[in-house]
Amino acid sequence: MKQLGYEIVESIAIAIEQVYEHRMRSLLTALGVMIGIIAVTLMGSAIRGIDVGFTSNLSILGMNTFYLEKWPWKDVGDNWIQYRNRPPIPASYSEKLNNSILSTENSSLIIAVPMVKNRRKISKDDRNIQGVEIIGTNADYPLVDNAEIELGRFLSEVEVLRGRNVVVLGHEVAASLFPEDLEESIGAYVNIQDIKYKVTGVYKKQGSVLGIGNFDKNVLMPLPSMRKFFVSKRYHSATIKIQKKEEASFEDATDEITGAVRLIRGLKPGQKDNFSINQSTAVAEEIAPVKRGIAIAGFGITGLALFVGAIGIMNITFVSVQERTKEIGTRRAIGARKRAILIQFLMEANMICLIGGIIGVFISFLIKLVLQRFIPEFPLIMSGQLILVAMLVSVLTGIGSGIAPAWKASRLDPAEALRHE
Amino acid sequence: MNSPVIEIVGVKKIYDLGETEVRALNGVDLQIVENDYMAIMGPSGSGKSTMMNLLGCLDTPSEGQYLFAGEDVAEMTDDELADIRNRRIGFVFQSFNLLAKATTLRNVELPLVYAGLHPDTRRERAKEALVKVGLSDRMTHRPNELSGGQRQRVAIARALVNKPSILLADEPTGNLDSKTGEEIMALFDQLHQLGNTIILVTHEDDIAMHAKRCVRLRDGIVESDKKI
Repeated sequence: MKQLGYEIVESIAIAIEQVYEHRMRSLLTALGVMIGIIAVTLMGSAIRGIDVGFTSNLSILGMNTFYLEKWPWKDVGDNWIQYRNRPPIPASYSEKLNNSILSTENSSLIIAVPMVKNRRKISKDDRNIQGVEIIGTNADYPLVDNAEIELGRFLSEVEVLRGRNVVVLGHEVAASLFPEDLEESIGAYVNIQDIKYKVTGVYKKQGSVLGIGNFDKNVLMPLPSMRKFFVSKRYHSATIKIQKKEEASFEDATDEITGAVRLIRGLKPGQKDNFSINQSTAVAEEIAPVKRGIAIAGFGITGLALFVGAIGIMNITFVSVQERTKEIGTRRAIGARKRAILIQFLMEANMICLIGGIIGVFISFLIKLVLQRFIPEFPLIMSGQLILVAMLVSVLTGIGSGIAPAWKASRLDPAEALRHE
Repeated sequence: MNSPVIEIVGVKKIYDLGETEVRALNGVDLQIVENDYMAIMGPSGSGKSTMMNLLGCLDTPSEGQYLFAGEDVAEMTDDELADIRNRRIGFVFQSFNLLAKATTLRNVELPLVYAGLHPDTRRERAKEALVKVGLSDRMTHRPNELSGGQRQRVAIARALVNKPSILLADEPTGNLDSKTGEEIMALFDQLHQLGNTIILVTHEDDIAMHAKRCVRLRDGIVESDKKI
C-alpha cells in the first residue's frame, strides 16, 4: 500500500516533468478537452441561471396567483382561431368573483383584482420612454402582488373611485424619466398622450423576466382613468388576477374559479370553458424545452470535443510510450512493477486532461464575466459543484484516453524494451 | 564458505520465429556463489545477451531450472520477478540508462521508490551509494552535466543502492574510452573486495581479466569455465 503511494507520487512528478518538457505539445493536445470543458461549464451555468432566474420570475408572477384571461399562456398552435372567438373578459368579473368568494363557505380564494392593460409612451419634459405597459386597476392590487413600493404610496381607494389622474411608476420608468433623483418623481406630473398624471409612488426594482415581460416597465393607474382615455370598453379583454389562500390546493382553487366564471357566463354542462385560468407553473412548463435544448446542444458539443480531445491525448500518449520505451525498460529492470508503469502513463494522460480542464474552467469564467458585463440579463450561474463536475469529467477523459497506451506500456517485454534505441 | 546465489541447471531458451526456432541457450549449467567475480564472454550470437536477460530475471527460461537464492524463477509471477530485480539484482548498462531530466540523486533513488521506501530513507541511502562510487560532490547534477565515466558511476550507485545480492553489468565500459574504462573496472574490483558478487558480460579480454572467473559461451552452450 505504501509502495503504491510512492509509485503514485513518483508518477505525478514524472507527469509534471513530461508535460513541462513538452509544453507546446501538451497544450495543443489539451485543446479538445479545454473546449469540451468550456462547453459543459457554460451549458451548466446557463441551465442553472435559467432555473434560478425563472424561480425568481415565478415569484414575481406570484406562486399563489391565478390569471383569468381570454388566452392561455401555453402555445395554442393551430387552434388560435377558436381562442380568438372567445368573448372578452370584462373587468367587472372581478367584482362578481369577489361576491362569489364572499358567498362561498371555506372559499379557497382571497380576492380578485381587475387589470386592464395597454401600451403607451410616457414623457416628462424632453424625456420619454416607449412601450410602457399601462395597467388600470383598483386599490386592492397590492393584495395580489408581491412587488414593494420604494417611494411614495400606492393608489388610494378614493383616487380609484373618482378616477383621478394619478400613477404608480415601475422602477425603470421612474429611473428614465427622473434620472437625477428618483425622489423628485413623487408629486411630479408625467404625460401620457398629452394628459397629465400625478405620480404617487415608485416601485422597487423587480428585475427583468425571461420572455414574460419586464415588470419594471409597468405603470399602474385607477381603472376608471384608464377607461376614460384608452380602452374601448366593449372589445378590450381584461385580466383578473386572483389570489388563492396559502393553504388551499391549486386544484380546489382552479375548480372554484372555473365554477364561478361558468356560472357568471351561464355556461351549460357539456359546454366547453371559454376562458383560461393561467398560473405561473404553466410558464415553467413552457421553459422546459428551452432548457432541454440547451442541454442537448451542450452535451453534443461537450461529447464531441471531449471525444476528439481524448483521441488526441491517446495518440500523444502512444507517442510518449514509443519515445520512452528504453526508459520503460530501465524502470522495469530496476524493479518497477507493471502497475507502476501503467500508473505512470495514466497519470501523464490525466495531467494533460486536468490542465485542459483547469484552463477550460478559467476561460469559461472569463466568458461569464464578459457576458455579464455586456449582456447583464443573460442568466449564467457557475456553481462550485459545476466546477467539480467539470474536473471530474476531465479526469474521466484522462483515464479513458490514457488507459490503452498505458496498458501497452506496462505490457512491454522488459528485455526488449531495454534494447530499444 | 560460499553458498550458491544462482544455480542454473540445463537451462534452454528457445525463440519461436514461426517456421524456424532459435535455440539461444541450449542447455546451460552454471553456479554462481557469493562474492564471485565472473565474466561472461563469447562472440555475438553466442547467447550472451539471452544469458544476461535470464540472470537478470528480465526473462524466464523455456526449459531447465533457474534457482535464485534457492527459489525457482520460472514459477515466479511478473510482480515477484520485478521485486527480485528491485531487491536482489543491480543492473549496470552499457549506455548507462539514466533519466536525462533527473538529478544524480534522483536517479540513484529510483529503485528505492519502487521498493516503497520513505523519501528520507531514500535520500540517505542514495547519498551513501554515491559516496561509495566517489560522486558525493555531484548529487544535484544532471546526466548531461557529467562525463561518461561519472555517468557510469551514477549508474553503479543506482545498482548498489538497494544492497543487491549480485551486480549485473552488461558491457559496462563499452561506451567509455580505455582510460575511463579502467577506472570503472577499478571500481568494480574495489566493490568485489568489499564483498559484492559481480557478473560482467563483455567481449573484451582486458575487461574480462579483472574477473576471477571467466565463462565462455558459444552457440548457446558453455564452452569453457575457468578460474583466472
